[in-house]
Amino acid sequence: MSTYHANEKGYYGEFGGAFIPEMLYPNTEELRQNYIKIMEDPGFKAEFDQLLKDYVGRPTPLYFAKRLSDKYRTKIYLKREDLCHTGAHKVNNTIGQILMAKKLGKNRIIAETGAGQHGVATATVCALMGIECVVYMGEKDIARQAPNVARMKMLGATVRPALSGSRTLKDATNEAIRDWINNPVNTHYIIGSVVGPHPYPDMVARFQSVISEEIKWQLLEKEGRDYPDFVIACVGGGSNAAGAYYHYLDRPEVGIIAVEAAGKGVHSGESAATSALGRVGIIHGSKTLLMQTQDGQITEPYSISAGLDYPGVGPMHAHLYRSGRGEFISITDDEAMTAGLMVSQMEGIIPAIETSHAFAIFDHRRFRPDDIIVINLSGRGDKDLSTYIDYFKL
Amino acid sequence: MNRINKKLNEPGKLLSIYFTAGYPKMADTVHIIQELEKNGVDMVEIGLPFSDPLADGPTIQQSSTAALRNGMTTEKLFAQLKDIRKTVSIPLILMGYFNPMLQYGVEAFCEKCNDIGIDGIIMPDLPLDVYLEEYETTFKKFGLINVFLITPQTSDDRIRQIDKASQGFIYMVSSASVTGSKTGFGKTQTEYFDRIASLKLHNPQIVGFGINNADTFQQATGKAKGAIIGSAFIKYLTEKGVANIGDFIKTIRPL
Repeated sequence: MSTYHANEKGYYGEFGGAFIPEMLYPNTEELRQNYIKIMEDPGFKAEFDQLLKDYVGRPTPLYFAKRLSDKYRTKIYLKREDLCHTGAHKVNNTIGQILMAKKLGKNRIIAETGAGQHGVATATVCALMGIECVVYMGEKDIARQAPNVARMKMLGATVRPALSGSRTLKDATNEAIRDWINNPVNTHYIIGSVVGPHPYPDMVARFQSVISEEIKWQLLEKEGRDYPDFVIACVGGGSNAAGAYYHYLDRPEVGIIAVEAAGKGVHSGESAATSALGRVGIIHGSKTLLMQTQDGQITEPYSISAGLDYPGVGPMHAHLYRSGRGEFISITDDEAMTAGLMVSQMEGIIPAIETSHAFAIFDHRRFRPDDIIVINLSGRGDKDLSTYIDYFKL
Repeated sequence: MNRINKKLNEPGKLLSIYFTAGYPKMADTVHIIQELEKNGVDMVEIGLPFSDPLADGPTIQQSSTAALRNGMTTEKLFAQLKDIRKTVSIPLILMGYFNPMLQYGVEAFCEKCNDIGIDGIIMPDLPLDVYLEEYETTFKKFGLINVFLITPQTSDDRIRQIDKASQGFIYMVSSASVTGSKTGFGKTQTEYFDRIASLKLHNPQIVGFGINNADTFQQATGKAKGAIIGSAFIKYLTEKGVANIGDFIKTIRPL
């Protein structure tokens, strides 16, 4: 294993590990001991691959964005995760984890969700497998993301409001963890990103790694080589980015670029740019970079995109940042929204606001005409229509 | 000898009380500790509030949020406790989550605890292996006893490891739950209490979670050395304030 993947204790450099209360030890230990064995089992792999193909709609296209490429005078490919069933890359992970839960003999699923995309992806696979599903969602997010709450209910999930703290994603995660403490035997917790205690960051990254696995052969077909010069993704917790980077982490010829949400400006006090604003600490069982007070209290991030406003970042990304392997760029709300509209009208694709952040990079950074760039188009913008419409007064 | 060990060597069952520092009012911390000692409490866990207390139920969460809103910080708590040993002699344990300790600096935090006369630390999210590899030396250097938790799901093997790493007592979480969520003990708990007793551990055990009255205190201390009450006491403070703390203690263990 290389320096950019997790070691056997779940550390990426100094980041990661499992800082969990003893109540969670048996659950995470059971998972830790089994996850690689299960994932490498041929039967499991076959079932996972088949569902990704027939149910999720993989492989997702790698699309050469001609008009964008002309505009920015470089070669831009879009990895179309927005075309996955449920509208984002999130489902790659939930399919994997529901199969994992079944192998471990669990009959109840819990999940946290911020904007609701992971909640919907979890409710979807639970419906598919006929397993009970409880999704924790911050009370504030429930009010802001009514359509996704309705989708989860339609799919048969119970949506429980997180009433503590700031009543958003981090509190929903706390509530899900508390549920797992209260139900240690029959329940599997499907975490939605590359965060949480080991083995979650590594397990979720492995399930999402199908993204870069496909990019490799798709580029080989189109460009005669299996790697781009740069792979670009937006980072909240960092699961779509982890999937897009995964097979390129140890290939120095590939530049890794992470785009974070600067909100109203990195130093405006309303931002989610964790690499710039975070310090090393512990959040949700993982040692990573996180936004916190001097005193170690976790602070509430802000972004116009509900999928990027997590106060931490996965330990893989903290390590990419600290080691200099990854280039981190912060994009404001305004820049992201403008880029989202631009992509909609130049390529006929309305991206999720999370993904729009990645498209705003071209105003910050130049690329050479012969550079091959892959942007992970992590999700579609249907869920964000009302935000776009309000913003642009369309 | 550490005050905790000395107390554990005394005959009889121990009553230990948890409260959140800075709650209900910022300035209540010292008064609460003094009142607890006056009313016969054997040991106190002083809770350092945290924004994201993921092992705690609504009662302690709410007290932590309120304490932080009152302005409590690690530095301010240390300042409040500066002279505590002039008036209080029972063992004092700081209980919190690891991130605030990490931000303060583990060494500086331990040194400060030692200066003040804190005897032990409970950090539920500082796991055994990390403690042993990175922090045991520092804790010991400053004479601090680190207390580990076990639950009904903890395997015998792991309990033995925890017993080996412990130097005071083992915090026995009574059921699979966050704090304050279950009350009363059933067959599962009795079997669990029996199983732990049969392991003949080096360290005595103190039971926590789910104890809120004389009955549950009796049950919890049947085999164990003592019991810890947290949420029920916080609830009392919320409803009745800090004036008559003795009334609460009498409902658990009459003087």
